Amino acid sequence: MSILLDESFTFMVQGITGREAVNLTRECLDYGSRVVGGVTPGRKGREVHGVPVYDTVQQVVDALGYVPNGSVVTVPPAFTKDAVFEALDAGVELIVIVTERIPRRDVAQMVELAGMRGARIIGPNCLGVIVPEVCKMGGIGGPAKDAAKSYTPGPVGVMSRSGGMTTEISSTLTAAGLGQSTAISIGGDAIIGSTYAELMPLFEADARTEAIVIYTEPGGRMEAQLSDWVQENESRLPIVAFMAGRFMDSEEMQGMSFGHAGTIVEGTEDTATEKIARLEAAGIPVVERIDEIPDRVKERLGARV
Amino acid sequence: MRFYEYESRKIVERAAIPVTRYGFCKTPQEARVAAEQIGGSVVVKSQVLTGGRMKAGGVRFADSPQAAEADAAEILELEINGQMPRGVLVDPKAEVAQEYYAGVVWDGTRKQPMMLFSDMGGIDIEEVAERHPEHVGRGHLSNLLEISDFQAKQVIAQTGVTGSELNRATPILARLARLMRDFDMTLAEINPLARLEDGSFVALDAHMEMEDEAKPRQRPLLSELGIGEEETREPYEPSEFERTVKAIDSADHRGVIQGKDHGFHGNLGLVIGAGGGSLTLTDAVRSQGGRPANYTEIGGNPSVAKACGLAKAVLRKEGVEKIAVMMSIVSNTRVDIVARGVIKACLELDKDPGETIAIFRIPGAWEEEGFKILERYGVEYCDRSVSMWEAAGRAVARIQTSEGP
Repeated sequence: MSILLDESFTFMVQGITGREAVNLTRECLDYGSRVVGGVTPGRKGREVHGVPVYDTVQQVVDALGYVPNGSVVTVPPAFTKDAVFEALDAGVELIVIVTERIPRRDVAQMVELAGMRGARIIGPNCLGVIVPEVCKMGGIGGPAKDAAKSYTPGPVGVMSRSGGMTTEISSTLTAAGLGQSTAISIGGDAIIGSTYAELMPLFEADARTEAIVIYTEPGGRMEAQLSDWVQENESRLPIVAFMAGRFMDSEEMQGMSFGHAGTIVEGTEDTATEKIARLEAAGIPVVERIDEIPDRVKERLGARV
Repeated sequence: MRFYEYESRKIVERAAIPVTRYGFCKTPQEARVAAEQIGGSVVVKSQVLTGGRMKAGGVRFADSPQAAEADAAEILELEINGQMPRGVLVDPKAEVAQEYYAGVVWDGTRKQPMMLFSDMGGIDIEEVAERHPEHVGRGHLSNLLEISDFQAKQVIAQTGVTGSELNRATPILARLARLMRDFDMTLAEINPLARLEDGSFVALDAHMEMEDEAKPRQRPLLSELGIGEEETREPYEPSEFERTVKAIDSADHRGVIQGKDHGFHGNLGLVIGAGGGSLTLTDAVRSQGGRPANYTEIGGNPSVAKACGLAKAVLRKEGVEKIAVMMSIVSNTRVDIVARGVIKACLELDKDPGETIAIFRIPGAWEEEGFKILERYGVEYCDRSVSMWEAAGRAVARIQTSEGP
């Protein structure tokens, strides 16, 4: 199977008439995803690639006669919280937030409300989720034909703080004959809806998934949290990690920020070196090259049987 | 974005947290006047955006206005961790009975702000937490509910503080928590928070940092503090390269480019992207013995002019011999547009693209078109079958060959 998405999964796009959202809708439809509605306030009555546009989420629900399973939110940062609250209020269960540069306070509020409503947020600042040959929710992998080049069905769950690197890693796995059960661009911000450790129980319960690959960066405590989770839960899934941004540890880079907002090193425990040590202590090998990943996954899959 | 101490003081003051009657001064004469107005002994503190002021001699005690003037004159000329002070803060030398710590930070794992309080103030809170954990109180705050005073009271009471001290400190910590949330701070700290001999509490030093993403909506506060939109507060002055790239980026809304070269001194210019890809590629170049001249991030779908501008800026940097144009697999960025842009940059600078571009590795959307153009100009390129590591390695090998033995 897969996690988060399946054949019957339906979703809407909030902010659907924006330039990026129009492309994303096209890509998802071409991939076979069930995009059942869109929202842009004031644009009711339009269509985006055949998807009807409404003013409110409630109108989408009324028109469909059911609540879509998910929503891709791609509205400007100042309006994102409101859009996500609207989706949560309607009972949407999975929200992918594409928008970048949302203040942390807003993200934390959305995540807390989602928790209270039993919903899940992926992102912000992410490209979404893909279950190869089944459903693509968000811009992940790009146009359908490009996504098909990089993503193939298989046993590896992929989680990445970088959207582009989700595709790079999956493509590398695919080239080596290793498909993906589900690939998730979890987002590059300091606070995100779903961390590695928070998604692990889902992969753990998914019979299709046999191994996990993660892309990590300096900054934050997400990798430490994953290390703790793995040790406390005796996970059945071997994990291989890749750590980017090792150069940020060098003396002349102190205090500088690169890449995602979340890569800003705020403490002494969140440098690349510290994280690598922590992951390896939890039995998670950290490779230096993306092209080493397939062999390490095969090794670990072999060792497990 | 980090605030200077005098700004942080202002921020806590407007949140109704008591502070001493301080003066922010830009000249030694102003410092003397401030000391005269305060009366008695004063402390003169350097206003820099870095720690370790005390050790560096940037904090001095003066018994008279004349001494304050002399201290200010020296401190204003004193560089601390590479920074010249923006001014000095003149503060009365308080009669302190006890020092406390009050702070509010983000707990990323819980995804909530966390209040911290200690009755051992004046020193580093991490050190107290490690050595005397029983002297540090903690409490998380809901992101959705109003912040109640009792939450602050619970945190303070954990450290054993009671009596009128508890009742006086409680509203201070609660106000600090509210201002942290209201003004999108990533860190709001008062250290030390002092109890004076008369039992009153004052903030003797404050440290605030605001999240950059929130700056647009916090414009009213920033304007009130006199902080203009152009003030980035990076820990160093932006270089010419960094300013150039920023100007190219803001001149055109298509795509996003960023560039940094602080701390990079190599000969291989990097025209790379996106966020994760840039980190990965910079590592790959360095790990294989390459010396990057800069760091860049290409995101979205930049125009030919933007890609060209970025490549030119990199090529114009002193010491740059070749550039490597590399990204992780792109879905949004058009490969052919970047290819056109970087070739145009070479031609406009009278350089041979085939010699100047050490490697072009951007697989993804419109790659066939891009590869055709590259071929025409004799540029070495590769698709996704060549890993990021290998592509970086090829670029390093080419530049090392041309460097000679």
